[in-house]
Amino acid sequence: MEEIKKIAVRQSYGEKLAELGEINKNIVVLDADLSKSTKTDIFAKKYPERFFDMGISEQDMLATAAGFATYGKIPFVSTFAVFAAGRAYDQIRNSICYPNLNVKICATHCGITVGEDGATHQMLEDISLMRTLPNMKVMSTSDDTQTRWAVEEISKMEGPVYLRLSRLESDVIYDKNTKFQFGKGIQIGEGTDATVIATGITVKEAIKAKEELEKQGINIRVIDIHTIKPIDEEIIIKASKETKKIITIEDHNIIGGLGSAVCEVLSENAPCKVIRMGIKDTFGKSGKAEELMKYFHITKDDIITEINKA
Amino acid sequence: MKINDIKELEKIALNVRKGIIEEIYSGKSGHPGGSLSCADILTVLYFNQMNINPEKPKDIKRDRFILSKGHASSALYSVLANRGYFSIDELKTFRKLDAKLQGHPDMKQVPGVDMTTGSLGQGLSVANGIALSSKLDKQGIRVYCLLGDGEIEEGQIWEACMTASHYKLDNLCVIVDNNNLQIDGEITEVMNSYPIDKKFESFGFNVININGHNIEEIISAFEKAKEIKGKPTAIIAKTIKGKGIDFMENKVSWHGKAPNEEEYNNAIKQLTIE
Repeated sequence: MEEIKKIAVRQSYGEKLAELGEINKNIVVLDADLSKSTKTDIFAKKYPERFFDMGISEQDMLATAAGFATYGKIPFVSTFAVFAAGRAYDQIRNSICYPNLNVKICATHCGITVGEDGATHQMLEDISLMRTLPNMKVMSTSDDTQTRWAVEEISKMEGPVYLRLSRLESDVIYDKNTKFQFGKGIQIGEGTDATVIATGITVKEAIKAKEELEKQGINIRVIDIHTIKPIDEEIIIKASKETKKIITIEDHNIIGGLGSAVCEVLSENAPCKVIRMGIKDTFGKSGKAEELMKYFHITKDDIITEINKA
Repeated sequence: MKINDIKELEKIALNVRKGIIEEIYSGKSGHPGGSLSCADILTVLYFNQMNINPEKPKDIKRDRFILSKGHASSALYSVLANRGYFSIDELKTFRKLDAKLQGHPDMKQVPGVDMTTGSLGQGLSVANGIALSSKLDKQGIRVYCLLGDGEIEEGQIWEACMTASHYKLDNLCVIVDNNNLQIDGEITEVMNSYPIDKKFESFGFNVININGHNIEEIISAFEKAKEIKGKPTAIIAKTIKGKGIDFMENKVSWHGKAPNEEEYNNAIKQLTIE
């Protein structure tokens, strides 16, 4: 059996960023004492003069990035999601989004899959907080190939972007030659029994569930939403019209995240029942990432259980 | 255009103050106290110090000014209008629906505004980002950032001070508008930010104490700041809130309210040279 390549998307981010540093000299990178974990250390080693360690001061870091952007630099800012979207929310709102500045916030260690560090470090509200901000675009990538594409794509885009990255190593899903499109979801399969809409780390779970269900004679489709804002309305409406059941699954609070975004689209365009799987309005806890995924019911088995419910 | 004549600069500062009063009277809202306290500093920056050209407000090589205490927007708009970035007439649209002159400065709308501000405590970090960019590209830009003495109660200011000092941003000059009053009362009563000079010193700044209404002292401080290498400068400018209008001076009640017709006429009279 061929071994499936596993890589953490933060690693893909760090490697691609260092590669882009060569092509685009306007890129500067800021980190808040977490460069080894966010993987911006790869860029730092290659381009020390364009890397700025801001120390443990996320609010200062995000507003400094805004300053770089007013000058014309393209700042990529990284820290853990909880410290970027949470701690520096007002800086992102008032100093980045309101003036629509070209700052790329690439936040790692999102969701409960952070694992052992526990609730204080498990960001479950960032999709919600970031997508409510005018001018902000929000992405959440599911594998190595997609992440490398996304990092390059946002470097060419004008305006603020929030890219949500998981800590955990994950299977490579997409072939190197896959063509992605910003704002367009990816439909995997044509099944009509149900649709599972996933983002980030949960996409692979949905694909595994699809494969197992096929053996039971149940045909579902999976939609990978890498761009949460602007969301691909068309693919979601189509799924509502063509499939019997819609399930969303995310490593994020079910309030305000992918599930909410999908419901917003459907309630106005093609109302149907939507089951939101995710963290149900509670904080996370310590444990191994895989254990926590089971504990919070965001694994392939949980999807299968949900689909098999009458 | 660089004006060196002190009398001339004092005359311009009076016009800047007039503009502030016109704006706030027209808009029926705004912040006269903290705008009048920094009018002389802004006049010196825009008419004597900064390398700027109103014809090219986006020129990459221009010096930058960040009004971190964004509620003093009426002072910034007035100095920009007086410097020719837009017409003096436009000041009357201040804070009105669909006006460029928003309650707090919006860089996307107002020519000459280098950064959108309003939420206190963020401007110094932004200034650092520009100062770092200039160093990276060897542009020789000087970056000025005006802080309020109440504003420095925000923790982010001190994060930014560490950054400025750590990265040896000698192209950065901070000015603290030390008018001694914040909304709820005197600085010492609400949240004592003194000793301001010692705080900046201990954060690695070159510190200069001045009278923020003495044009000569302001110019001299900016000139000294340019000579300092390897560290940022902080000018602690002792000012009077509401400066120039006798009934507004040192009155906390004039932090954020508009004059009525009688007060407006009185204020304009005080700012008009016979």
